[in-house]
Amino acid sequence: MTPLLELRNIWVEYGDKIVLERVSLQLDAGSFVAVVGPSGAGKSTFLRLILGQEAPTRGQVLLDGRAMPAACGPDRGVVFQRYSVFPHLTALGNVLFGIECAGAPLTARLFGARRRAARDRAVEMLAAVGLDHSLDVYPAQMSGGMQQRLAIAQALVKHPRILLLDEPFGALDPGIRLDMHALITRLWQDHGLTIVMVTHDIGEAFKLGTRVLAFDKRRHDPHAPHRFGATVTYDLPLDRKTPPPPALIAALTTDPSGRPIA
Amino acid sequence: MAEQKDGNGTAYDHHDPARGQARRMRRLVDIRPQRASRLLLGALPIVALLLVYLLASEARHAANPADKVLPTFAAMAQAAHDFTTQRDPATDRILLVADTLASLYRLGIGLAIATATALILGLLLGTVPLARALLGPMVAIIAVIPPVAVLPILFIVLGLDEASKIALIAIGIAPFMTRDLTGFVTGLPAEQFAKAQTLGANSWQLAIRVALPQLMPRLIEALRLSMGPAWVFLIAAEAVASDVGLGYRIFLVRRYFAMDIILPYVAWISLLAILADALLMAISRRGFPWAHGAGR
Repeated sequence: MTPLLELRNIWVEYGDKIVLERVSLQLDAGSFVAVVGPSGAGKSTFLRLILGQEAPTRGQVLLDGRAMPAACGPDRGVVFQRYSVFPHLTALGNVLFGIECAGAPLTARLFGARRRAARDRAVEMLAAVGLDHSLDVYPAQMSGGMQQRLAIAQALVKHPRILLLDEPFGALDPGIRLDMHALITRLWQDHGLTIVMVTHDIGEAFKLGTRVLAFDKRRHDPHAPHRFGATVTYDLPLDRKTPPPPALIAALTTDPSGRPIA
Repeated sequence: MAEQKDGNGTAYDHHDPARGQARRMRRLVDIRPQRASRLLLGALPIVALLLVYLLASEARHAANPADKVLPTFAAMAQAAHDFTTQRDPATDRILLVADTLASLYRLGIGLAIATATALILGLLLGTVPLARALLGPMVAIIAVIPPVAVLPILFIVLGLDEASKIALIAIGIAPFMTRDLTGFVTGLPAEQFAKAQTLGANSWQLAIRVALPQLMPRLIEALRLSMGPAWVFLIAAEAVASDVGLGYRIFLVRRYFAMDIILPYVAWISLLAILADALLMAISRRGFPWAHGAGR
C-alpha cells in the first residue's frame, strides 16, 4: 500500500541558510500527525512544503505515489493561525467559495438550482462545526474561535486528502481551545481525515496526534548556525493516551545553550 | 448610608494624596467631548472666521466704500443673485448652472477614466507578479511627473477642447490611485491567497473573488483622497484655456477684482467637494459593510 504522502530526502535552503535537511518520512491516510519543535526549527516550512507554497531545494514530495507539484491545490486544505477566512464574505459565502470556484470557472458564482444545492452543502458543513446559526455573519463580527471553526468548515467542504493546520488554536483562550480539540477530533473521526498539525503546545500534540514529529537541529555549528538545517528528531506513534517522553519535553523547552525557553 | 459613603469618599480623597492628585490632573488627551459639545466646538472657529471677515470688511468699507477686496455679504448676495439668474450667452443657460455642468462633466469623465484605469491596473499589478515586474516601473515613473507640467503637451496633442482637460485630470490622479491599489492588493495577507488556491481558485477567480471585492472600499478611499488634486487639475486646465466652467469663471472675473463673485464660487466648489466626499463615503458604507466593522 502506498502511503498518502511521502517525503524523500527533502532539503530546503534559502540562499546559504539551510532550514530543513534530510527529511524522509511517510504519512499514512487517516493519521493525525502533530508537528512540534522550537521556533525556527522549520515546522512551518515543513507545512508550506506539503501545502505546495514552497518547493524543496532537493528531494521529492509524493502524493499518492505521484510527484506533487509545488503549488497549492484543492487536495490539500489548510487552516492558518490567522487570515484563513475572507473578511469580505459572510460565513456562508466563505464556505460557498470553494464550491463556486469548482462549479463556475469564469464567474466563480453559482445561480439557481446549483446555488441552492451548493448552499445546502455549505450549511451542512457549517452545522458540522456549530456555525449553522451564524450564516450571514462577517468574520469581523466573530470571535477567534468562531473564525477558526469557519476556516475549518471552509477547508473541509472541498474534501481535501490532507488537512494542514498551522498553529490553528494558538491564538485562542484555553477553554475555547478545548472545545476546538473536541471539534477537530470529531471531524477527524467522522470524515476520515488525514491531518498534519503544527503546534507550539506539546500537550496539544500528544492529546490529539496519532503520531508526533519533532523537528530540531541535530548538528550545531556555533560559528555558522545557519549551515545546518533541522530534521525529524523524534517520530513517535501514539495511541492518543501516551504522555510526552521527558527527553522530548526537555529538548523542546530548552535551547541548544541549555537555557529554558518555555 | 449615602451620607456615610460620601463622607468616606471625601475622607479617602483627603487622606490619599495620590488619588486626589489623580483626580485633579486629568490629562488633556483623556478629555473627550460629547456629541453636542463636539458640534459646538467645531462650529466655533468657523463662526469666528466669518466674524473676523465681517469686521475686516466693515473696516475696509468704512475707509473706502468702493473697496473690492473684501466685499460685504450683501454684495456677495447680490452677485450670487446675478450669476444664478443671468444667462450665459454661449449656452443660454444660467451662468452658475452652465459653469457647474461643464466642470462636473469634465471632472466626472476624468475621474471615471482614472478610476477604471486604476482599478484594472491595480488589480492586475497587485495579483500578478509578472505584470508588476513589467508595468510597475513605468507606472512609478509616470506617477512622479507633475501633471500640470504636461498640460501644454495635452493642449498641443488633444487640442483646447474638453479632451485635454479630461486627460489632465485622469493623468493627474490615475498613477497615484494605481500605485495605492497595487500596494493594497500586494499587502493582503498571503494566507488568503494560499487559502483560496487550496479551495480550488485559479488566477482569475482569485483576482475577481478575493482581491477585487476587498479592493473596492480602498478604491473609493483612494478616489476620495484624489478628489482634491482632481479639482486642482480641473481648475488649472479651465484657467488656461476654456470658455465655460467654474475655474474659468473665477479666473475671468479676477481681471475685474470681482471678489464678490469669486468668493461665492469658491464656497460653491467647496460645497460640491463636500457633497462628493459624503456621497462616496455613503456608497462605501452601504456597499461594503464588512469594511466598516459590519454593524458591530
